[in-house]
Amino acid sequence: MEQVSFAIATIIVGVFGCVSYFYLTNIALDVIFPGRGPNAGRNINRASAIRPWLFLGPAILLLGIYLVYPVFNSIWLSFHDASGSKFIGFDNYVWLVGDKKFLESMRNNMLWLIVVPAASTFFGLVAAALTDRISWGNFAKSLIFMPMAISFIGASVIWKFIYDYRGDGSAEVGALNAMVLAFGGTAKAWITLDIWNNFLLMVVLIWIQTGFAMVILSAALRGIPEETIEAAVIDGAAPFQIFYKIKIPQIWGTIAVVWTTITILVLKVFDIVLAMTNGQWESQVLANLMFDWMFRGNDAGRASTIALVIMVLVTPIMIWNIRNARRELR
Amino acid sequence: MDNIAGTRSRLVWAVNLSALALVLIWIIPTFGLLVSSFRDRDQITASGWWKALFPSEQNVIVRSAAPDTQRLDGDLYVIEGNVFAGGPGEVIAFGTSSREPTVYAPGETGVMSNGREMTVSAAGDYRITSPEQFTRSRGIRIFITSIKPPKFTLENYERVTFAEGLGRSFLNTFSVTIPATVIPILVAAFAAYALAWMEFPGRALLIALIVGLLVVPLQLALIPLLKLHNDVGIGKDYLGIWLAHTGFGLPLAIYLLRNYIAGLPREIIESARVDGATDFQIFRRIVLPLSFPALASFAIFQFLWVWNDLLVATVFLGNNEEQLVMTGRLRELLGSRGGDWEILAASAFVSIVVPLVVFFAMQKYLVRGLLAGSVKGG
Repeated sequence: MEQVSFAIATIIVGVFGCVSYFYLTNIALDVIFPGRGPNAGRNINRASAIRPWLFLGPAILLLGIYLVYPVFNSIWLSFHDASGSKFIGFDNYVWLVGDKKFLESMRNNMLWLIVVPAASTFFGLVAAALTDRISWGNFAKSLIFMPMAISFIGASVIWKFIYDYRGDGSAEVGALNAMVLAFGGTAKAWITLDIWNNFLLMVVLIWIQTGFAMVILSAALRGIPEETIEAAVIDGAAPFQIFYKIKIPQIWGTIAVVWTTITILVLKVFDIVLAMTNGQWESQVLANLMFDWMFRGNDAGRASTIALVIMVLVTPIMIWNIRNARRELR
Repeated sequence: MDNIAGTRSRLVWAVNLSALALVLIWIIPTFGLLVSSFRDRDQITASGWWKALFPSEQNVIVRSAAPDTQRLDGDLYVIEGNVFAGGPGEVIAFGTSSREPTVYAPGETGVMSNGREMTVSAAGDYRITSPEQFTRSRGIRIFITSIKPPKFTLENYERVTFAEGLGRSFLNTFSVTIPATVIPILVAAFAAYALAWMEFPGRALLIALIVGLLVVPLQLALIPLLKLHNDVGIGKDYLGIWLAHTGFGLPLAIYLLRNYIAGLPREIIESARVDGATDFQIFRRIVLPLSFPALASFAIFQFLWVWNDLLVATVFLGNNEEQLVMTGRLRELLGSRGGDWEILAASAFVSIVVPLVVFFAMQKYLVRGLLAGSVKGG
């Protein structure tokens, strides 16, 4: 109970502190540069030059400490040894390129990068197209969207139960093995099968992300101008032709946004692998490898180097996003 | 025309059925675990959850009543009782040794060593006889195969909440989530207003920077920040994780809110300025109330994200009773109780229930936020 009251106290202090910071600095600014008297004009100009920075101050400070500083500190750490005290040049990078687990993680991450965004976008598009045409569409959408609210670790429990394997003659209670048995196959410990286990883990993320893709693509599909579809109908296009030749080309921009958003998420995927296999049986990924070196390996240098690889992989998307945002601003 | 109408209605059917199939595939995994969380421990391992409504067949070993309950019947020593202890169930086979656990049908008499005999009826009544006195302190093992009617129970939930410490973790998660959701909203709202409606040099650059920071991987921040927090003295502390979540949530918060606030009608803000309102007044009286939908959107995002987060909590909080959050507890249970699905299922649902309630109650705002976050200009 103690930390609950501590939490409540912090909210009150934090919120009160924030509000009074903004309120008091504003008053202080008005007192220092009063908007009347002999220098009124000059004062108003000065005050309005400073005021934005008062509003932005806490945000810039927090962003600086929590996101900008770590980028540079990580680069610095990647050139140092495990404890971060001795400069060792490119040793970490050299180690990385030759490390078997790293190469395995890169291979798996590439698989994830291809399969998960593609499958999520595809299923999302199918779900959007289907649910937009039925009377109970909103209800169906909520149910497909629901996994978004479930934690990765909760989702891992749900799917691990499906992949469960008992063996030695006892009843198979995992849905996958039960299905395999029903079709005359033999039950297996699927999660330990090299390469294939990667796809089983990907299913979890696809299951979660399809709802996201569906919601956004559904909005985009509904935003398509009616006239283009009417024209196609009059010209005698079949429903599938309308979908593939008229609708899809008009929402390429949104598909790209969905694709890149999921791509970024995939690069950071960690909880699912940690919970399901912890990187055993050749299923390691970069984020979990980094976590491994940070906690079990206790090597800040190597862990930072792996984190930087993830950063480098997201950089193209970052640049693309910034360019899009700037175009929008103009 | 008939033909066209026919294909149309067939198409409608096909669409409805495919949608139904898709929805079923999407909810069955969750549903399966939910059903399992209410099932009896023995039944979970005896049959798949899809058979939960049917009686299940299970092989169990029961011990007879202790030998000190034996009585003399003629010249035989007898131990009697019921393998179901009076509960429902039906024995379909039994045995006296682990080598042949199903060799006898109910009602038959099994021969054991030393002239002992055992018989078990279909209702579960057993009778073990011996020409000599039973001497060991524990009961005799009886191997039975039984049909048990379906049984649903809340025991699993009771057990995980109290015995497995999930109740405590529930409180811990709340203590992490609420401040980590409220604090970034305030900080971001002011920044978003400045970026949307105030003129100053470097504004475009700042917006670009924030869009860039949106995708910085969390992994990059962990080691430097943990070192920093340790140096300041908030290494494994609630204050540390609140600040961390605030920092990581800010880019999205500022981005979402700025987009929304920039879209407010210019006339309202201009006319307030003309009337002599200061920026602080405009923000508090006009912008803040009007941006409620955007604030709600971000609040839900941040709430779900913090509640479901494992990585940040593992790094910035300790592993002890006072600090272990639910995702962390769930991960621990996955390691220590890998096969105990009744524990895992119930634990998973305790941790999922709050986000699900928030999700279904506030779905409208969540969808709006998603659209504002990614579709804009797309």
